[in-house]
Amino acid sequence: MNPVATPFFFYALAAVAVLSAIAVIMRRNPVHSAIALIFTLLSLAGLYLMLYAPFVAGVQIILYVGGIVVLFLFVIMLINIDRMEREYQFNKQWLVGLLAAAVLGTLFVAVYVKGQAIFPQHAVRFPEQLNTQQVGKMLYVDYLLPFEIASLLLLVAIVGAVVMAKKRI
Amino acid sequence: MSDFLNYLSSNVTPGQAGAYLWVTIYILIIFAVASVAVMAMTWLERKILAHMQVRLGPMRVGPHGLLQPIADAVKLLIKEDIIPEGADKLVFWMAPVVVVITAFTTYIVIPFGPTHAVTDMNIGILFMLGVASLGTLGIIMAGWASNSHYPLLGSLRSSAQMVSYEVAMGMAVVSAVLMTSLTGAGAYGIGATAATSLGTLSMIGIVEAQMNQHVWFIFKFFPLGFAAFGIFAIAMVAETNRAPFDLPEAESELTAGFHTEYSGFRWSLFFMAEYAAMIAVASIAVTLWLGGWLRPFPHWLSGDPWGTAFSFFPALTFFVLAGMSFRATIRMPKHPYFKIQKTGLGIFGLVLGAIGLVLLVPPVRDRIQDIYWFTIKVAAFMYLYIWYRGTFPRYRFDQLMKLGWKFMIPAGIGVLILTALVGVL
Repeated sequence: MNPVATPFFFYALAAVAVLSAIAVIMRRNPVHSAIALIFTLLSLAGLYLMLYAPFVAGVQIILYVGGIVVLFLFVIMLINIDRMEREYQFNKQWLVGLLAAAVLGTLFVAVYVKGQAIFPQHAVRFPEQLNTQQVGKMLYVDYLLPFEIASLLLLVAIVGAVVMAKKRI
Repeated sequence: MSDFLNYLSSNVTPGQAGAYLWVTIYILIIFAVASVAVMAMTWLERKILAHMQVRLGPMRVGPHGLLQPIADAVKLLIKEDIIPEGADKLVFWMAPVVVVITAFTTYIVIPFGPTHAVTDMNIGILFMLGVASLGTLGIIMAGWASNSHYPLLGSLRSSAQMVSYEVAMGMAVVSAVLMTSLTGAGAYGIGATAATSLGTLSMIGIVEAQMNQHVWFIFKFFPLGFAAFGIFAIAMVAETNRAPFDLPEAESELTAGFHTEYSGFRWSLFFMAEYAAMIAVASIAVTLWLGGWLRPFPHWLSGDPWGTAFSFFPALTFFVLAGMSFRATIRMPKHPYFKIQKTGLGIFGLVLGAIGLVLLVPPVRDRIQDIYWFTIKVAAFMYLYIWYRGTFPRYRFDQLMKLGWKFMIPAGIGVLILTALVGVL
């Protein structure tokens, strides 16, 4: 099947992603921020689909939206929101923030100008049907050591959480 | 127009063929049939539970309560829509919408036949699991937006339960997906061919793998397929918050849990979404382990006399249902009050019989086979759901979580490892 209306979908998904991301940091109510984060992550999944990576899109939905945002919402619901909403939000680090944003912007511009080789029209595109197999092969054959290190890291995090939450060991 | 009819001669799903009008038609048909199935499920649940509890269930609204779903729907539609004070209006409105959309979106990839699906994504099963996990978000939003402590507790418990059992479901699903590529033609193969095939995540591909390997995955690498199926069957009941895992929505515990503050149409959306999710996860179980649209013994009892014998099953089912309606008609009390009910039930029986006759016509018989076997298997699962509700006492929440994390997940991982081992040997 040939893709249709690619620019429309890209601009729509990108707009949703950016607007939702802005809503994440600008909403006073943390549950609204979490829901805006859901929209951002879902539009990212759509962008992965447009890059012919269906497996990554599916896993993004399952893990990020269905797992991580759910855990965010658990924590948000267990804290006292009313007091937080009435507190005065202040930020005294605006100069550092401006500097960091300027550096990041310069980095983006530099990548766009000098690094055309990473963009899709120049990159090698793997066939869409084999996305799962490609990801699996790379995880288990090419990058096995980083994979095992990452799983060890997750194990350490789980053990740490259990130790901190238990009353008696 | 000829483009439109061109699709009928192709042998792919309309999504793959790019025939958008056919995709819309399929989606409308599936949505309509799913809604009717949900309404039928409400009646069936009350009747079957009642018969299991040696009572009669709804008998008044129509003949044998057959019009009860319509009465329920009308009641829910005309109820006052109450929004609790202090509730977050946007999130309160969005929660049932999210739950219903995610429940019905999973129907896109359900394979009713080799070409009878809306589309066949090559990540079909991953898509279904992902969208099912999105439903958890709707429940969390519902509980939080109600600004009331019972719904909050109910939604926290319900979503914790759903997230835990999603892991067990994922393990079972992965071991079934493993079986598509591992034929294990060594010591364990049951009539398997020696060649290995490329594993696939697409739903139609999984059923075709079962067809090519001549075995339903529930019987493959016995007892590992059966163990994986058992883990999935238990996890899917917990995933949809049904008995015996329905503490979050039990009346005596949490006054209806996360949907306490919802009334009228919003509650009916939750209700519909729960049944639609039940049908969706039952379809996953049927596709992955019970051979999807394949009739029993397609290879062992293949060939002409068996093929035609099995092709009479749809018509036979409808004749049996018509026979049951006629029997109930005859057994109605001979009081003038029941005259309308008697004629209504008789007409219902005649309609069922007519459908059965239509299903006897040879061209219809050939095309309806796949859809019929799939539907019958999913219907068996629905009956199991109702049976569980009528039989098992409820799990307490800590027992539920202990079962999920300490038994289901290790069992799932064990089955996965053993399946991989046995398949590679």
